[in-house]
Amino acid sequence: MPSRARPVSPHLQIYRWQLTSVMSILHRFTGVALALGTLLLVYWLIAAAMGPAALATAQACLGSPVGQLLLFGWTLALFYHLANGIRHLFWDAGLGFELPHAYRSGWAVLVATLLLTLGVWVCAYSQMEWL
Amino acid sequence: MAGAAHRDERAAHRRSALGRVRGLGSAKEGVQHWWMQRLTAIALVPLLVWFVASILAHIGADHANLQLWIGSPVVFALMLAMIGAGFWHMALGLQVVIEDYVRSEALKLGLIVFVQFAALALALAAATALLVIAFGG
Repeated sequence: MPSRARPVSPHLQIYRWQLTSVMSILHRFTGVALALGTLLLVYWLIAAAMGPAALATAQACLGSPVGQLLLFGWTLALFYHLANGIRHLFWDAGLGFELPHAYRSGWAVLVATLLLTLGVWVCAYSQMEWL
Repeated sequence: MAGAAHRDERAAHRRSALGRVRGLGSAKEGVQHWWMQRLTAIALVPLLVWFVASILAHIGADHANLQLWIGSPVVFALMLAMIGAGFWHMALGLQVVIEDYVRSEALKLGLIVFVQFAALALALAAATALLVIAFGG
């Protein structure tokens, strides 16, 4: 019996991604990104401890285009990890395991991440203009 | 031989339910790691929401304003709690990622030691900076 060449796994060109597994990977990815992001937080705190001049330098760095991009990434990762973390806590409590429920909560996490991140940045920019 | 096995069995029966589950798992620490990761996660939900909201409220604040804010007892305590829970959660989470993806036993151990010391060092640096801001005059 001749055997046909079967696709080997993972065959990425035809692999159908699932929201659930992609979100699981993203949870780890954002966790690692946030760990790196804590360096920004510690840098800002140390600068503030060093005095007004160092703080002004740090604020200028964080307020620069690159700084703002990093902070935007940080807020995006934070809200994703936060919202998806709450989803994980419900799973830990044994709730919401059914597949349709897992998909619904997954979409809810993505929408919440987007809204919270945009909300924070709209708030931040309106504050900056107001000053 | 049979006597020893019998004694072991009797000893196992005498152990309490808690005694039997204590020290389970490959690292012999039972559910401690898992549980601390959840506890710190639960603590971080309100702490981080508070932190982001507070940062938003202090955009453009100068050094004196920042000192005044961090120097208030409630803010200081909440910041310390966030730093403690945050870096603990980070160390636990990164350890799991390392254990899952690093195959070489030596590299795995080295990275876990590095991550734990780095988390401790960052937490200490942040807490010390906080102290200096609040009480450094």
